[in-house]
Amino acid sequence: MLLNGGDAVVEVLKREGVDTIFGYPGGVALPLYDSLYESGIRHILTRHEQGAAHAADGYARASGKVGVCLSTSGPGATNLITGIATANMDSVPMVAITCQVTSNLLGKDSFQEADVYGITTPISKHNFMVKDPRYLPDILSKAFYIAKSGRPGPVVVDIPKDIFLTKIEIDDIPHLPLKGYKPVKEGNIADIDNVIEALAKAKRPLLFIGGGVVISDTSEVMAELLKKTKLPVITSMLGLPAIDHKYENFYGMVGMHGTYTANMAISNCDLLLAMGVRFDDRVTGDIEKFAKQTEIAHFDIDPSEIGKIISVDYSVLADLGWSLPKFTEKAVVGDIGEWQQQLADWHKDHPLKYNKKEATLMPQEVIEQVSGVMADNAIVVTDVGQHQMWAAQYCCTRTPRGFLSSGGLGTMGYGLPAAIGAQIACPDKEVWLFVGDGGIMMNCQELATAAELNLPIKIFVINNHGLGMVRQWQRMFFQGHYSASKHYAGTDFAAIAWAMGVQSLTVKKKCGLKHALEDAKDSSEPFLVDVWVDDDENVLPMVAPGASLNEMSE
Amino acid sequence: MKHTVSALVENHPGVLYRVAGLIARRGYNIASLAASATEEEGLTRISIVVDVNDERELEQIQDQLSKLVEVIHVVNMTQIDHVSREMALVKVNAGEEHRADITNLVAIFRAKIIDVHPDSLVLEVTGDVGKVDAFCEMMRKYGIIEIIRTGEIFISRSPKRLIDN
Repeated sequence: MLLNGGDAVVEVLKREGVDTIFGYPGGVALPLYDSLYESGIRHILTRHEQGAAHAADGYARASGKVGVCLSTSGPGATNLITGIATANMDSVPMVAITCQVTSNLLGKDSFQEADVYGITTPISKHNFMVKDPRYLPDILSKAFYIAKSGRPGPVVVDIPKDIFLTKIEIDDIPHLPLKGYKPVKEGNIADIDNVIEALAKAKRPLLFIGGGVVISDTSEVMAELLKKTKLPVITSMLGLPAIDHKYENFYGMVGMHGTYTANMAISNCDLLLAMGVRFDDRVTGDIEKFAKQTEIAHFDIDPSEIGKIISVDYSVLADLGWSLPKFTEKAVVGDIGEWQQQLADWHKDHPLKYNKKEATLMPQEVIEQVSGVMADNAIVVTDVGQHQMWAAQYCCTRTPRGFLSSGGLGTMGYGLPAAIGAQIACPDKEVWLFVGDGGIMMNCQELATAAELNLPIKIFVINNHGLGMVRQWQRMFFQGHYSASKHYAGTDFAAIAWAMGVQSLTVKKKCGLKHALEDAKDSSEPFLVDVWVDDDENVLPMVAPGASLNEMSE
Repeated sequence: MKHTVSALVENHPGVLYRVAGLIARRGYNIASLAASATEEEGLTRISIVVDVNDERELEQIQDQLSKLVEVIHVVNMTQIDHVSREMALVKVNAGEEHRADITNLVAIFRAKIIDVHPDSLVLEVTGDVGKVDAFCEMMRKYGIIEIIRTGEIFISRSPKRLIDN
C-alpha cells in the first residue's frame, strides 16, 4: 500500500493497536494532523505539550499499553521533555512522536528547530530520527516494540515535515537491523534454586517489592507467593499497588518517609528478596550502611541494575513474569516465627501517626478520609511533594495499577495530566488525584482538558499555602529560612477550576470535608476540592538525606 | 585505573554520540576513544580507554553500554589476551644541530620520518601506548610543536572474532 507519510504514520499507529493519542499541533505537524483528521484515532488536545506527555504516561501506567504523545518541532518537542524524562525514570512504555523542520532546513537554526534527537538521547530508552522515508513504517513499529519490551521506557521518533508529504510503501518495507537489542525474558533456573536454598535457611527473610512487579503484571503471582509463604513484605513507592495492603504481613513503604517497621526490617533482616527494584537513594539512605547484615537477592529484568548501587549475593536476571511463578512454586520458608513477631511488635509500637487538631484539617486526615470512600478498584494519582508521601503512607491502594506517581524524577505538575490519561484509559474506574497547591499550578491549564472531555476526575488540592516539602527541609536543615517557599497570593483554586469549567468547592474547616467527599464521589464530571490543611505539618517518619535507614525521626 | 572496553555497534548516525555521552553522563572519564569500520558492513568497533576507580565501575560501564539499543557486544579487553596499537604523529623542532640525534631515535623506535621541513620533522610512531608515550617523551627535549594520537585499538589473539569467543 502506497501512502503519504502522514497517512503511513496513522496506519502504523492503528496496526500497533493505538486508539488514543495525546498531543498539540503546530507548524510542521500540520500534515500529520491532516492525516489524523477523521482517521478514527482519538486525539486528545491537551493545553500544553507537557500535559500531553504526562497524560500519555498516566494512560500507559493505568492500562499497561504504550502511551503515545505527539508534538510539533522546536518548543513543542522541548515541552515534552519533562514528560519523557519522567517516563524514562519510572520505566513507562511511551512513544513520543515529534515533528521536525523540513529535511533541507535541518541544522540551519531554522524557525522552530531544536535538536530533539540530541536532547532526548540521555532521557529516553531509545530515539530515532527518520531521514529516509522508506524506513518510516519500520522505525515507528520498532519504536513500539522497544518501548514495551524488556524494561519498558519512552522511545522518541523525530520526523521531518517533508517525510509526511512523501509517498511511502508501507507493506513491503526495508527493515532496520536491531542486532544489539536483546531484551531479557527468561533467566537461569539455577539462579532461582540458589535463592530458594537461601530462603529455606533464612531466619529473617524480607520481601522488598518495587515497580517492576506492577510493570510485569505479576501482582497475582505475588499474591500467591504471599499466601503460600506468609513472607513479610515492604515496598518502594512505585511498588505500593503491587500487593493488597490488607495482607497481614505488609509493613508499608521503605525509605526516607517509609514506616519505622519497614526501615528497621531492612536493617535487621538476614535475607532481602528485592524484586523489581532499583535501590534509589530515597530508598536506601546511606548505601554504606544499607542492609549491611543481610544477604541480598535481586530479581530484575535489567542487567545494568544488578550491582549498580549495592553488591548483591544472588541475582535472578529475568522478566518477573518468568521468574516469579517459578520462585513461587518452589519457595519454602523456614521457621520465621520469631522474626514475624518482632515485625508485628515494631508495627504495633511504631505505627504511622499524626496529631489531629480541633478545627484545622491535618493533611493525613484528608487523605485517610478520601481513601475511605474510594472504590476498591479506584486509581489514585499524586503529584510530587508532601501530599505524595502522605498518599503513599495513608492511602490504601487496592489494585495493581492503582497508584500513579512520579517516583524517579519527582516531577511536580505530573498529577493532573496523568490523571487525565488514567481516566481516559480506564473510563469505568474512579480516578482520585491528590495534588499540592504548588503542583496544581504547574499544569493547571489541563483543568480545561478535563472539563472539555468531561472526565470525572476527583481532584483534591492539599493546600498548605506554599511548597510544603521545601518548607519541611528548610525547617529541618536550613534553620527555618523559608526562602521562596510560601505563596502569598491567596490563589483561589476553586475559582480557577470554575473558570475552566470544572466544578469545585473550597473546604477550610473540618466540618466541610464530608460533604465535599460525597459531592466529589458522586460527580459525573471533573470535581476539584481545595482543602486547606495545616501549613506546618511535617512528613514523618523521616530519614535525613544521607543518613542510615535505622536513624529515623518519628 | 585505566581499562579498555571494546564495543561493537551498529553504524548509525549518532551512535558515537550515544556511547561517549553515556560514559560522560555516568561520570566516568574517557582517556581515549577510537571508532572505525570493521570486517562487517554496517558495524563499527569503538575502542574506549576509560579511567575508573574499580572493577565495579567498569562493569557498570559495560552493562550500561550493553543496554544501548545499537550496541551489539561489549568486552572488557583487560580480561582478554590481546595486542594493542596506537599511532602518533609528532611534529618536532629539528634544526641542523639535532637532526642526526632525532634520526637515530627514530631508527631505535622503528618510527618513520614522513615529512621534512628546514626547521622541523613530522614523525610517525606506532606501538602500544607505552612505546608511543616513551617516544613522545624522548622527543620532548627537542621541542615538540604538536602531537596527534589515534587512541589505542585492540584485537584479541584468539583465532576467533571477539564476538564469537
